[in-house]
Parts: sequence; C-alpha cells; structure tokens
Amino acid sequence: MSDKLVTITVDDKEISAPAGSYLLPVCLENDIYIPNLCYLEGMETPPASCRLCLVEIEGRPGPQVSCRCLIEDGMVVKTNSEEILKLRQIAFRLLVSTNDGSCKSCISNRSCELQQIAKFLHQPLRTKRLRHIDRAYPPLIDDHPYLVYEPKKCLLCGRCVYVCNNIEKGYKLSFAQRGMDTIVSFFGSDLDPASAFCKECFACTEVCPVGSLSSKEKWKAFVDGLK
Amino acid sequence: MLNKLLASLDESERAAVDDEEYAVLKAVAAELPSVKRDVLELIPTLQLIQTKHGYLPRLALRMVADHLGTTVSKVYGIATFYNQFRFNPPGRNPIKVCLGTACHVKGGEIILENFERRLGIKENETSEDREYSLERVACIGCCALAPAVVVGEKVEAYVTPSKVEGIITEIEVRKEMAAREQKKDEE
Repeated sequence: MSDKLVTITVDDKEISAPAGSYLLPVCLENDIYIPNLCYLEGMETPPASCRLCLVEIEGRPGPQVSCRCLIEDGMVVKTNSEEILKLRQIAFRLLVSTNDGSCKSCISNRSCELQQIAKFLHQPLRTKRLRHIDRAYPPLIDDHPYLVYEPKKCLLCGRCVYVCNNIEKGYKLSFAQRGMDTIVSFFGSDLDPASAFCKECFACTEVCPVGSLSSKEKWKAFVDGLK
Repeated sequence: MLNKLLASLDESERAAVDDEEYAVLKAVAAELPSVKRDVLELIPTLQLIQTKHGYLPRLALRMVADHLGTTVSKVYGIATFYNQFRFNPPGRNPIKVCLGTACHVKGGEIILENFERRLGIKENETSEDREYSLERVACIGCCALAPAVVVGEKVEAYVTPSKVEGIITEIEVRKEMAAREQKKDEE
C-alpha cells in the first residue's frame, strides 16, 4: 500500500482511499455495506470463498469479488443492482443449505452475522429452494480444554483458522476431512500443552461469524441458562 | 522421544495405549530420526508409517508433528484429506465396497449399508475383534460385475443383500473350521 490517494465512485458516492487497498474494506469504512463472511481486516490474500461480496465494476466483464479487487483511479462500482442482489442471494442460499436453522437455541442468536446478512439480502435462514443437506457430524466437538465447536453451524469461512495461524502462540486450528465432510479441527489439543494459551486468547471465537466456535465456559453457562 | 510423549499424557490416555499400539509407536519413534526435519516430508512420512504398520495411530501423528516442527492439527488435517490414510488398524478381512459409477448405479450404497448393519461398524472402521474392516473404494475395474465388493483379495460379483450375509457366513465358517483343525492338531 502506498500513500497515494485514488478516487473511486461507489453507488454515485465519491470516495478517496490509498492506492493498493482492496475494494471491500474501503467500502465498509465509508458506510457502504457489502455482505461478507470470509474476509478479515488485514488479510493479504482474502480467500474470496463466501461469494457474498460480489459487485459490478464498470468496464469489467461479469461480477467481481470486492474483497480481492484492488482499487484503481476512476473506478466506478455498483453494489446495489438487481443482478448483484440476485447473485448474492444465490451464494447465500448455497451457504445456508446445510444450516439446521436452530437459531433459538444458538449462543449467537441476535449477534449472528449470518442473521444480519439474511436480513440484508431478504433471505430466510433455511432455504426451501435447495435440498437441505444434513451433515453427518456430532452436534458438538468438545475435546479442546477451552473451546467447543458445533460443526453443523459452521460455514467453513476459515476466519478462525486464519487468525489462529497468525498468532504465534497456542494450539493451531486447521481444516480436516474434505468435501461435504470438512470441519474445523482441533484434533489432539487435549494432549497438547500449547492449548493452555487458548485460555487467554479466544481470537477464533471472536471472529466466528456464527456461533460455531465458542469458549467452553461461556457455552456451558449459555446451555445452563436455556434449561 | 516416545517415553517423553507418554509421560506428557494423563493416566486415562496412557491406559488407552495397548501393547500393540505401543509396539507400533516404538517402531515409529525408531524410524523418525532418519526422516529429514522438513514439513515437505510430511506426506512421505505418513505414507511410510502407513505402509509399515497398516494405519496411523493417533499418537504417531503427534510424533510426526513434533519431529517435522509443525502442529498436530495440521498433520491431522492433511492425513484426513487423503483417502489413503486410515486411523485404525485394518481387520483380518478387509472389505472394500466399490462405489464407482457402475456400482453406484447398481446400488453399491445399499451393499455398503448392508455390511455396516451386519458388522455393526461404519465405513472406515474396524470391528472390535479386528476381524473385519470396512471401506468404500472408487472403481476397482470390474464394472461388468457391478455391484462389486473386494473381500481380502477376492472379488465378489453381483453382490446382493443376501450375498452380503453369505460372504460373512463363509468367513465365519472358515474361521470356525480353522479353529477346529487347530484344536485337533493340538490333541
């Protein structure tokens, strides 16, 4: 990133931002909301896997993922067209096709980013237009001393894996299995002394957009409160 | 290396390591020092352990991670990604249910489910007595015989639910006969 400022137009609003920044964070900073799940501030190469941040850029063929678009001087961007809304809705439906819709008994109910995005895109959290897939996973994986993971809620956005692997200390999260069976794994953490650091960190639970990863203590208190 | 690892476990974990697993772990500990300390060696190392011992014990993943200077979760992530790695010892009668295109069309899933129900194990598991292990494979190259199953080295063709029963009974009978023969010899 350089100090040079460039000017772009987003939805008829003129914005100047440092050259070399990605489009998504620039829009977010200027109060233009673009739904996103897999992006985190400071990412050098965002995974662009959620496909929710699609926008139209004048002169470029097809929709573009704004989290991976570097801004250029004179760029004209549209974030609110009919077509873009439709594409985002399709991406959203694909994401929630594995959602079991148990919001009422979820720890992140009302603070859930997925709920906010659903509202923004006018989509239900349980889609009827795609076949619902129930991933054959245990409802809870809790062999980590300080964390619990609910695989069925997980969208596999990868934020937790990203932050965890950018923190020097502590036990490292990773993806395990593949395809429809993919989960975030803390395999072996119960035997690893490194996981003691997780007690002070919880960075992964903070970035989780849904209530899939949570601190064991908070989760237990929440479940007790439900009874 | 192994002793240090075992010492770091709590008691229930240590008790879960049986003699057989201990022997495997000991062999792995002896082999590892000859492996270059480089993360790039991860997959070859896992392959080495699997070819020698038939599976990857849980604690072996930890030893590999420590040796190569990476984390257990990463080793686990990679090991679970590839179908070739297994995490429990193979049974004496490994059963491979083919689910390639032809077998899938001919109802291979049903055959797999039949085996699961008959043996009381899920795919990629080994029965408690180590007699059977069950896994799904992609094409085994005899699509004309679909749905096909490989039991040990033998290919079973046109498998039906009743044939599943027959295959298991045959193995049980052979096992029983061998046991009797042995008894006779001893007498």
